[in-house]
Amino acid sequence: MSAVIDDHGHEGHAHGPAKGLMRWVLTTNHKDIGTLYLWFSFCMFLLGGSFAMVIRAELFQPGLQIVEPAFFNQMTTMHGLVMVFGAVMPAFVGLANWMIPLMIGAPDMALPRMNNFSFWLLPAAFLLLVSTLFTPGGGPNFGWTFYAPLSTTYAPESVTYFIFAIHLMGISSIMGAINVVATILNLRAPGMTLMKMPLFVWTWLITAFLLIAVMPVLAGCVTMMLMDIHFHTSFFSAAGGGDPVLFQHVFWFFGHPEVYIMILPAFGAVSSIIPAFSRKPLFGYTSMVYATASIAFLSFIVWAHHMFVVGIPLVGELFFMYATMLIAVPTGVKVFNWVSTMWQGELTFETPMLFAVAFVILFTIGGFSGLMLAIAPADFQYQDTYFVVAHFHYVLVPGAIFGIFASAYYWLPKWTGHMYDETLGKLHFWLSFIGMNMAFFPMHFVGLAGMPRRVPDYNLQFADFNMVSSIGAFTFGATQIFFLFIVIKTIRGGPPAPAKPWDGAEGLEWTVPSPAPYHTFVTPPEVK
Amino acid sequence: MATHEHYYVPAQSKWPIIATVGMFITMYGLGTWFIDMKAGRESHGPIFFAIGGLIVAYIMFGWFGTVIKESRAGLYSAQMDRSFRWGMSWFIFSEVMFFVAFFGALFYVRNITGPALGGEGPKGIAHMLWPNFQYVWPLLHTPDPTLFPPPKEIIDPWHLPLINTVLLVSSSVTVTIAHHALKKGHRGALKLWLALTVLLGLAFLMLQAMEYHEAYTELGLTLGSGIYGATFFMLTGFHGAHVTIGTIILFVMLMRILRGHFDAEHQFGFEAASWYWHFVDVVWVGLFVFVYVL
Ligand code: HEM
Ligand SMILES: [Cu+2]
Repeated sequence: MSAVIDDHGHEGHAHGPAKGLMRWVLTTNHKDIGTLYLWFSFCMFLLGGSFAMVIRAELFQPGLQIVEPAFFNQMTTMHGLVMVFGAVMPAFVGLANWMIPLMIGAPDMALPRMNNFSFWLLPAAFLLLVSTLFTPGGGPNFGWTFYAPLSTTYAPESVTYFIFAIHLMGISSIMGAINVVATILNLRAPGMTLMKMPLFVWTWLITAFLLIAVMPVLAGCVTMMLMDIHFHTSFFSAAGGGDPVLFQHVFWFFGHPEVYIMILPAFGAVSSIIPAFSRKPLFGYTSMVYATASIAFLSFIVWAHHMFVVGIPLVGELFFMYATMLIAVPTGVKVFNWVSTMWQGELTFETPMLFAVAFVILFTIGGFSGLMLAIAPADFQYQDTYFVVAHFHYVLVPGAIFGIFASAYYWLPKWTGHMYDETLGKLHFWLSFIGMNMAFFPMHFVGLAGMPRRVPDYNLQFADFNMVSSIGAFTFGATQIFFLFIVIKTIRGGPPAPAKPWDGAEGLEWTVPSPAPYHTFVTPPEVK
Repeated sequence: MATHEHYYVPAQSKWPIIATVGMFITMYGLGTWFIDMKAGRESHGPIFFAIGGLIVAYIMFGWFGTVIKESRAGLYSAQMDRSFRWGMSWFIFSEVMFFVAFFGALFYVRNITGPALGGEGPKGIAHMLWPNFQYVWPLLHTPDPTLFPPPKEIIDPWHLPLINTVLLVSSSVTVTIAHHALKKGHRGALKLWLALTVLLGLAFLMLQAMEYHEAYTELGLTLGSGIYGATFFMLTGFHGAHVTIGTIILFVMLMRILRGHFDAEHQFGFEAASWYWHFVDVVWVGLFVFVYVL
């Protein structure tokens, strides 16, 4: 009984993958598309990473050595944009594509052709964005938050391409998210009730909702910019009755949910990995689901914590301060549950678990610095310093990125049919762990001491910590090339992986052989 | 759920990649065109834009055509139908959020920016920027009238916009009547009411065009006439674009119905079109109240 009915005749019967390059260009298979997303994301990770290397090289010592300040600004901007929209988000969409159908027992994603479209729009968007670096006026230089009027009145010409690139990314994200929602709500195997879904599926369902809710707002935001730049509107110009602060409200209404878009799927993955290596079921499944939902809800009403110093009214400061702190409650529930899952478990520390445990510890540090920033009067001091940079790198690198690494090691056997080299994996972990802490921990100190962010040069007093940061960053950066090597090695060979390589792992994805056949769950499994 | 066994997973498809190329060329062309226009240069942008637009139009025919063919070949199951329904509902939700951004901007400038620039409240210190500015909405005086010459007058809501409201609200009714006719299998009534809906949509667009013409030529109400004009044209303009798309979709549905498509069980395409149309209608009611009347 086949779920694949092919009426077109081309390709005969679509049971195995097609041959050659066109397999990847024309594919509608969720595993192919997942793979494409993951590779694309890794390329962007290296590209965004190389921009970061330029930044850290310039900041290695005080004074201007390597790049012009104007180019430095383009680097910080592009680093942020490429990492957020090119590396982190697509990696999670790739994981969603690979794993959600396998986890809920679906034959594929609900809308397979649109799935392909969502993916291919991304390379197009980044071609448009990154190519602006080579134009005479240079690429975007106004920071990844592109505040008006820096990004309108005073922007380089390339801002227009930037706007259209954001539109393409937005269309891609919205279609991808719609696909995820339709798949989860409609393609679950019989018996797979909502409250039986793995948490990765739950967190992605909620992430997809966030994406559909806020990507259009970002589209509206850049559209207003486009109009201000080219059609003489005054959305962000007070001379016409508009307001630059309006820009920040619209941007952060998107921006804060966006940071949860980048972390919720990692929460989900870690919630599968920790039980697997603790050989215990996840502690507090139901509370995890509700915590995720509350985080998503709260993420809509905290955006102005990015704007404490623009002059919002006192009640606004207070409201956004307390609302932000409230997020620490569901976040704390999650951390508590992960720790309780490990409590008295039979722990082993294979690479996925190492990344997952580091995730729990280091993400929590990022959460704590977030709480410090959430205190409005304290934020008056911290805002726009390296302390903020330290905060968001602690939630994004050992948070989102470690979550992705943990997932990659956890599911690589399922994807490739080979076990990765455990020694090399551990080495990758420790080098990343040391490099990343060395790069970002000192930023707390220089930040508290007043070093502003987004500067190519700085006061002599910050020199030592910055040099440490740079060395850590280079270590972290180089280590990722090593990760590439590990992955390629695993794809090309290695001990064959059993269907379920982790004895404590649970879920439908481990009931299919490794590597997962091209089509799985053509007939849905029965879930008890 | 036996329907699982027939979930249709299409084989490879060429449409998405052509669509991507088309979109890329369109966006590149449009961007280049705008940039060159601003710099006062010759531009190859419009050509790229046109080529990209043609490609996009081509794939719309091709891709939707394929889907229609597959659907009529009976490849889709009830479960597939639900996927489409979820897809369309969430797409409309994303559209709603797009408008939310612009409505939000409108409320913000009216209730916060405007009063502050006029000297009210704790941020009233902004008044020292343009001490002669007095804040009254609709904004017939902008803070800097040389940069943003204000409109002489605004559109009177009780003429064209009121007629447009009647047109659009009744078109929502007619499309619903058409839907009921479809369910009961009254093809004649279906064609009639659907055609009427399309006509109402067209009439709306014509009046909207007249209104814009009047705004630009007689009232001095333009995109550049301060934040009133900016929000007015962005909200009504994007709404108008959605009415245009909705009218085209309904027209396509009419053509399909004339060819005998859809019956009481298979009518998702039609329903999606009508959902979209209701959404456009609801946005208009919001516009009429918050942009024109209040
Ligand atoms: C307990 C949870 C969190 C709290 C209380 C919190 C709080 C804050 C606050 C108050 C700021 C503004 C600082 C300033 O600009 O002065 C901030 C910035 C930021 N946060 Fe968080 N945060 C939390 C979690 C996260 C997570 C999970 C992520 C992403 C995965 C994240 C990413 C960011 C980013 C990217 C910025 C900087 C944006 C920029 O200005 O470029 N935060 N956070
Ligand atoms: Cu935030």
